[in-house]
Amino acid sequence: MTAVGETLPELSIDATPTFVVSTAIATRDFQDVHHDRDKAQARGSADIFLNILTDTGLVERFVTDWAGPNARVKNISIRLGVPAYAYDTLTFSGEVTAVDGDDITVSVVGRGKLGDHVIGTVLVTR
Amino acid sequence: MTERIHDEVERVKAAGASAPKPGRDPVNQPMINNWVEALGDTNPIYVDDAAARAAGHDGIVAPPAMIQVWTMGGLHGQRNTDDPLGLMLRLFDDAGYTSIVATNCEQTYHRYLHPGEQVSMHTTLEDVVGPKQTGLGEGWFVTTRNVWTVGDEPVAEMLFRVLKFAPRPASPDRSAVLRPIVGHDNAFFWEGTAAGELRVQHCPTCGRLRHPPGPMCPSCGADKQDWVVAAGRGTVFSYVVHHHPPVPGKQLPFVVALVELEEGVRMLGELIDVDPATVHVGMSVQLALTKIDDELTLPFWRPAS
Repeated sequence: MTAVGETLPELSIDATPTFVVSTAIATRDFQDVHHDRDKAQARGSADIFLNILTDTGLVERFVTDWAGPNARVKNISIRLGVPAYAYDTLTFSGEVTAVDGDDITVSVVGRGKLGDHVIGTVLVTR
Repeated sequence: MTERIHDEVERVKAAGASAPKPGRDPVNQPMINNWVEALGDTNPIYVDDAAARAAGHDGIVAPPAMIQVWTMGGLHGQRNTDDPLGLMLRLFDDAGYTSIVATNCEQTYHRYLHPGEQVSMHTTLEDVVGPKQTGLGEGWFVTTRNVWTVGDEPVAEMLFRVLKFAPRPASPDRSAVLRPIVGHDNAFFWEGTAAGELRVQHCPTCGRLRHPPGPMCPSCGADKQDWVVAAGRGTVFSYVVHHHPPVPGKQLPFVVALVELEEGVRMLGELIDVDPATVHVGMSVQLALTKIDDELTLPFWRPAS
């Protein structure tokens, strides 16, 4: 039985250059800042960085890893903080913040070297 | 300029939703496979028909968060001429707000999608707020709402907010350090660091120590000064963790501490070799003089050994 306050098992993601590039391409995001370090640096970034579609996808994965295949994802709302550059390690942590019948609300934070990279809320039913 | 922006925003809002733009491909297994492989998602309902049916689906489903992927523009993508976000980006590019960063993404999924379904997307301009002073520079928050449909059925929605901002001019040289302004009152301090000493100004009349250096004693008003050498030990009286904006020669984040010396005066300095999360008021620290070049030695602090 899921209760408010239950914490999710942490998920650690090594944001290697390969990870940053392969997720950008898998999400059909061909912006150069996600695969070309020279261009990313010319635009003022330290390195290539994760794209937002991947952030949403990682938040979804993090919650369904815990909620299981029977869960239905209804809503994912994320706010972006500091960038997640290549060679960062993101640690996702989460906590159940509301339970209403089958509806479970989970708050999620993905934290990297520079601080909170993604802060979000996910609504699932199961 | 601001008036022109408001007029264009109202025009685009009034124009309503863009024409539906179909995805390049229908929802399909190869793109799902690429996604789950890249993201490391092992949920079996995306790849295994039996597992998907066991979970109550009518066969394999796509990850809900892939919804935006189906209608991405691709490598050589062009936005449609009626796309509100495209119109706003061009408006702000022309107005000098040339950089962009996504700040919020809220996706609602009405149902799961199956391979073979053809998704289209249309966009409306929800809101434009600005100009705002942000950490990145002056900018405007542009919020759009996307709706994905299969036929006439809405299957997912997204509220998407970006910040279009004017990057600050001339990025500073981050390999440099900020150099102190050395004058009559504080030359002894910087000569001291170069000589390996932490010198604290001392009033020869009343004996009071003071920092930062100044021409007169705040206690007795005497206009004579000399100095004593501090032991280089103290405790953190207060501190900040600096995340933004960038500072020449500094890796972000870094810690600036107000150190209370054993001698009683307080001195600002960077606290190095420390995890910002472990810094606390009362923490014991010691001086770490760092020679930058022949003319400058900076006093840093590190946790006491």
